[in-house]
Amino acid sequence: MNKNKEQLLNKRYKAEQRFRLYGLSAIFMALLFLTIFIFKIFSTGYSAFQKTWLIVPVTFDAELMMLDQNPSKEDLQDADYYDIALKSMADLDPNANEDQENELKRMVSYFFEKEIKNELLNDPNLIGKTKEVYLTASDDLDQVFKGNYPRDLPEDQRRVSDYQLKIFDQLVANGKVESKFNISFFTNADSREAELAGIASSFMGSIFSILVCLMIAFPVAVLAAIYLEEFAPKNRFTDFIEVNINNLAAVPSIVFGLLGLGVLLAIFHLPRSTPLVGGITLSLMTLPTIIIAARASLKAVPPSIREAALAMGASRMQTTMHHTVPLSMPGTLSGTIIGLAQALGETAPLILIGMVAFVNTIPGSPMDPAASLPVQIYIWAESAERGFVEKVSACIMVLLGFLIIMNLFAQIIRHKFEKKWS
Amino acid sequence: MNLILFTFIVLLGFTSYYFGRKKAYTIQSTKKRLTALPQFYGYYLAIWCAIPAFIIFSLWAIFEPTIVKLLILSDYSNQGYLDDELNLLYEKSKALSRGQFTGEITPFIEASAEKYLSLRSIAQSSKVVIVLSAIIASVAYAYKRISSNSRTREPVEKFLKAVLFTASLAAILTTVGIVFSLIFQTIDFFKVIPLFDFVFGTHWYPAKAFVRDSSEALDPTMYSDTFGAVPIFAGTFFIAFIAMCVAIPIGLMSGIYLAEYASTKVRQYAKPLIEILAGIPTVVYGFFAALTVGPFLKELGTSMGLEVSAESALAAGGVMGIMIIPFISSLSDDVITSVPQSLRDGSYAMGATKSETIKRVIFPAALPGIVGSILLGVSRAIGETMIVVMASGLAANLTLNPLESTSTITAQIVVILIGDQAFGDPKTQAAFALGMSLFLVTLCLNIVALRVVKKYREKYE
Repeated sequence: MNKNKEQLLNKRYKAEQRFRLYGLSAIFMALLFLTIFIFKIFSTGYSAFQKTWLIVPVTFDAELMMLDQNPSKEDLQDADYYDIALKSMADLDPNANEDQENELKRMVSYFFEKEIKNELLNDPNLIGKTKEVYLTASDDLDQVFKGNYPRDLPEDQRRVSDYQLKIFDQLVANGKVESKFNISFFTNADSREAELAGIASSFMGSIFSILVCLMIAFPVAVLAAIYLEEFAPKNRFTDFIEVNINNLAAVPSIVFGLLGLGVLLAIFHLPRSTPLVGGITLSLMTLPTIIIAARASLKAVPPSIREAALAMGASRMQTTMHHTVPLSMPGTLSGTIIGLAQALGETAPLILIGMVAFVNTIPGSPMDPAASLPVQIYIWAESAERGFVEKVSACIMVLLGFLIIMNLFAQIIRHKFEKKWS
Repeated sequence: MNLILFTFIVLLGFTSYYFGRKKAYTIQSTKKRLTALPQFYGYYLAIWCAIPAFIIFSLWAIFEPTIVKLLILSDYSNQGYLDDELNLLYEKSKALSRGQFTGEITPFIEASAEKYLSLRSIAQSSKVVIVLSAIIASVAYAYKRISSNSRTREPVEKFLKAVLFTASLAAILTTVGIVFSLIFQTIDFFKVIPLFDFVFGTHWYPAKAFVRDSSEALDPTMYSDTFGAVPIFAGTFFIAFIAMCVAIPIGLMSGIYLAEYASTKVRQYAKPLIEILAGIPTVVYGFFAALTVGPFLKELGTSMGLEVSAESALAAGGVMGIMIIPFISSLSDDVITSVPQSLRDGSYAMGATKSETIKRVIFPAALPGIVGSILLGVSRAIGETMIVVMASGLAANLTLNPLESTSTITAQIVVILIGDQAFGDPKTQAAFALGMSLFLVTLCLNIVALRVVKKYREKYE
């Protein structure tokens, strides 16, 4: 009997330990996913911040450029750079036949003649001389240099030929290949060529959308929260508003995209693909988040504050505007920032209102067509070129960086400025 | 032009505030008792400046384009143009007047463009005159009222309250906007495709319904067996089911552990770390699923002799499950923590171990709240878009094999609406019909979930 009891007890203790282990492993799993996730993004993305350059001697032959003696600035602008660009690439291998010359040309980016042109525009004295110029390597060679390219594939399955690899290896051996910080990733707009594509246009698109979103959502949400928390009578209509807000907070984001498409574009004829429409759509999405946060922080202001103000003869409106609202601001602001961070990561509604179009200019106002960072991630992730994979990861890193900064900011506001009522 | 006028009106508002307050001080200096603080006199005047300006601006924005268009098109009214042609003519002359016109310029269009410009300038100048005179009149009226020292605080506060109330209508307006944008397209859709075919049809192939020439008559037989949404609905719930298979055990167990076992220190770090998972944008999850999880599962399957699609429902659903973990874990954590301590104490006093207490006492007590959190998670899984678009297939297969690819409501909406849309085309309308069903399903889930959670909260408060 006694032994039986002990066995039962042991069994129960074991069950207890097992249960505890399940809980611990669940947390461990969740954190493991997070770690794998972040590791994967960083390990594929960090290399995009480096860009590979080929150092190629270029002879600025006035004859080939169709320039006469003492050319003016305009002449330099209009000169023909294609031939010298082609020649300098072909000179990398003096024995190259015509096909191989073509392959040599494709070792650098599509805009290599522009890079040579800029070199000369910077220093017009170069005419007739030879200088080693940094040319952007093609995205495939860029990947080869970073070690991301499967070189051992059979030749017909990869875009880099054996011949290109041979020349490239020679260049590497001679120290004519260099890797430098990839400034153009931050300053260029999107491009079809992976080596030239940058995030500037989508970054500005995101900034404009978020600003529009903030300018609409913040005032409306704060005013609505003040009304609902401080003035609204308790009746059916107020309940209806509340149900609406709670539901909107859980409506799938793509439905807001349909709203933007069906109302903003189809009825109000706002310009398609612009951060203006994107921002308005996002603001409708962020509205409930901010209202809920603002109400919570209004509710957290103790009634004694209101009572004191009312006792001093302030009207309800004065009490609210002079005391309750300022005291609730830290909570409201941090809720707003968190709502904006959500809006910043939103993709689906922006795709529906057309912010997914290919934009190779940097937008200067919310009325210009643009993409946004998450949409840029989507666009690049859908393209087949290998060079875009690391760009996607790098873009994700930038986006996550912003989200982290925004969330930290929200935390700081909450901890620094929020009054603790005891 | 509008901007200058707007700035001018804002300046006028500030000036009237200043004069209103000044008037209050003068009244005060005559030893009369003020009815409110001096700034209310200012606000009062400023509001009387803003209201007419706002009303006239909105009226103009609504009616000016229509009236100008009517006036211009009246020139062509008896020449037998079709409505579409008239619209085109109007757009052309508008473009020409802005200097953005590239096509062939006919004298007709040129004349219209000139007329357009002159009408616009008349409209602009009359707007300026009307706005300014209205402001002057209303401010003068308000000033007179101030001078007679009548009440100012009450009207100002009433106005503010009205503004607050209007803002709170935004939520209702948004809901109305959603329903409005969905319902008309959906009704048009069901005029062509019978509701029965949509709900019970098993073949979804919207690409078949190519963009139609608008002059052609609708031919319903062309679309039969094209818009059967069963595979889409099935795929949606299937992927959501896979996601919940990942999210419920992990989310629930971590919620329980955090609430009952974890020390304050572990809780302090683990909870925000898990919540990071909820803050990661879904497009990032989509990329992760498509680039890492999909190929990984495919390789794993191949090594075990299984045929796995690179865009399997398993990859999309699994990653979606990871995304939902924090929703379930934090909500169930909250729910469990709010179970009264007395229930625990009672159970311990009877000699139950901690896990027995959790399983037999706390879990049943917290069940409504936990069910609510799971329902919210399901609603999120059904509405999730980017993961499915990027990691699952876009062809709608009716399958229950998690290793094959399926498609969902959200993914189909994106596929149909990406790029240019032609309103009035059954394919575009199909996307709105799908959106409508998505909205209704998630709405029901949300209402039920919120009600369950609310009821549960009331029980222990």
